[in-house]
Amino acid sequence: MNFRARLGKRITFGIGSILAITYFFPFFLVFVNSVKLKYDILANPLALPVQISWENFQQAFAKMNFFRSLTNSLIITVFSVSLLIIFSSMLAYYLARTKNKTSKYIFLILVASMIVPFQALMIPFMARFAPLVSYNNRGALIFFYIGFGTALSTFLYHGFISTIPTEIDEAASIDGASDMVAFWRIIFPMMRPITATVAIINALWIWNDFLLPRLVLDEPSQTLPLSTYRFYGQYTVEYGQVMAGLALAVIPIVIFYLILQKQFISGISQGAVK
Amino acid sequence: MPKARTTKKFLKFTGIPLAIFTIVLVVPFVNGFYYTFTNWNGFKTTKLVGFTNYADSFADPKFWVTLRFTAIFVVVSLIAVNAVAFGLALIVTSKLRSRNILRTFFFVPNLIGGVVLGVIWQFIFNSALVSLANKYNWELFKQSWLQDTNKAFWALIIVTVWQSSGYMMIVYITGLVSIENDVLEASQIDGASPLRTLFSIKIPLMAQAFTIALFLTLRGGFMAYDVNVALTDGGPFRTTELISMHIFQDAFLEGDFGTGQAKAVIMFLVVALAALVQVTVSKRYEVQR
Repeated sequence: MNFRARLGKRITFGIGSILAITYFFPFFLVFVNSVKLKYDILANPLALPVQISWENFQQAFAKMNFFRSLTNSLIITVFSVSLLIIFSSMLAYYLARTKNKTSKYIFLILVASMIVPFQALMIPFMARFAPLVSYNNRGALIFFYIGFGTALSTFLYHGFISTIPTEIDEAASIDGASDMVAFWRIIFPMMRPITATVAIINALWIWNDFLLPRLVLDEPSQTLPLSTYRFYGQYTVEYGQVMAGLALAVIPIVIFYLILQKQFISGISQGAVK
Repeated sequence: MPKARTTKKFLKFTGIPLAIFTIVLVVPFVNGFYYTFTNWNGFKTTKLVGFTNYADSFADPKFWVTLRFTAIFVVVSLIAVNAVAFGLALIVTSKLRSRNILRTFFFVPNLIGGVVLGVIWQFIFNSALVSLANKYNWELFKQSWLQDTNKAFWALIIVTVWQSSGYMMIVYITGLVSIENDVLEASQIDGASPLRTLFSIKIPLMAQAFTIALFLTLRGGFMAYDVNVALTDGGPFRTTELISMHIFQDAFLEGDFGTGQAKAVIMFLVVALAALVQVTVSKRYEVQR
């Protein structure tokens, strides 16, 4: 390597490292201050803790009902994402394999619907669904996520199914498999990569969503973003506890990401290119 | 295939998702349009009122403040997020050994919801920076940025860039690595400088990534809600309310369902138009390979 290339590499590394530190800095502040006493935080938010106190975490755990919110978030995300995968893969399979006008128009409507911001329909939406929401608000929320997630998920599956040769379907049907059996036994297992993409993109969206749960969920069904926000609103001045609460909100998804890092990155890049 | 069988297959494969999609999305959307022309109060409508709701929306001075603020926010965040994201993508696709670690650092803010991010930064702007500024005498941060409309705007931009650039970085990385190596080698042999290669080879060949990233940031900018609520909550004095939050306030806090919905329809039209223009323009720059 010549001198200029090496210098270029050094400079890139320098800029990259500074940026990485900047990107991480807010989290550093959260973690460092989550184990400090209120007085120490105000005196110097940058300083490392003199003595580590877990008191803040205990308080935050209890006050934001951490395990309950975590369970709610998990239930809502897992059910919504699984059902979205089941329904939208079937829908996409039908639309991609049945080449007629109806399929074409349905697909066009789905694609066009992706431009509609939720805000454009949230008012009539809430007026219409108030009874359903008061009947079972977690169930209602899962139902809504299926409705709002169908378009993108179907779109992603549709693109992938087009790359699977139709000979496979024909072979299955000659062997006497019904449509459903052929789809679930043969086609669906071949779509593993795109299923991973659909799962990750929807899970990130649903896990972090705030506006829709805010409108739909009552207090006992709160998800993590809601309980974090509520906790913050009530205890703003208890800096240490708030920082501990934020750390608790951040940790689950970051652990999940670190375990599945490769799938995350390839999922997003596949989802974006389509 | 006989007609009955095709219909049965259609229902089996598409019935449930299409029904849910229609109930959840299509019906409220169509309803929403209709309601804007009536005296709907959230429960019932008794008569048609023509364009009154739209006229009321545009007569509301706060709505104009919001529209202006949203427009500036969308443009600035679009430029800032994409410029930073593209830079990050270049760093992460270079030959550095630490590139995967760097990518993780840049991407992590994106995993976390806007509310949590907004609250973190509220602590930074309201408490951490203020206490440091008093200690070390930094004039710029002595008063919280969130108490001043202009500075609160930049605070929103900073948080948005921090949150979204990681995602757009992935989009640009996908574009950058899709460029065939022989094209790059050819340009190197022809003696093109790295900068020249970037502008004349890489960017034109990855124009599709720009189309997508610009579209996503445009849409994200118009729809931004979480960070807005958690960081500034519209303050000081409702001067930093983006359109989503404005509609939310109108409808659910002040009970103006008719005008709220009219503003929502206006928002939809603006988003649809802006996205259409952006995609048509960007598509023109895409090179067929």
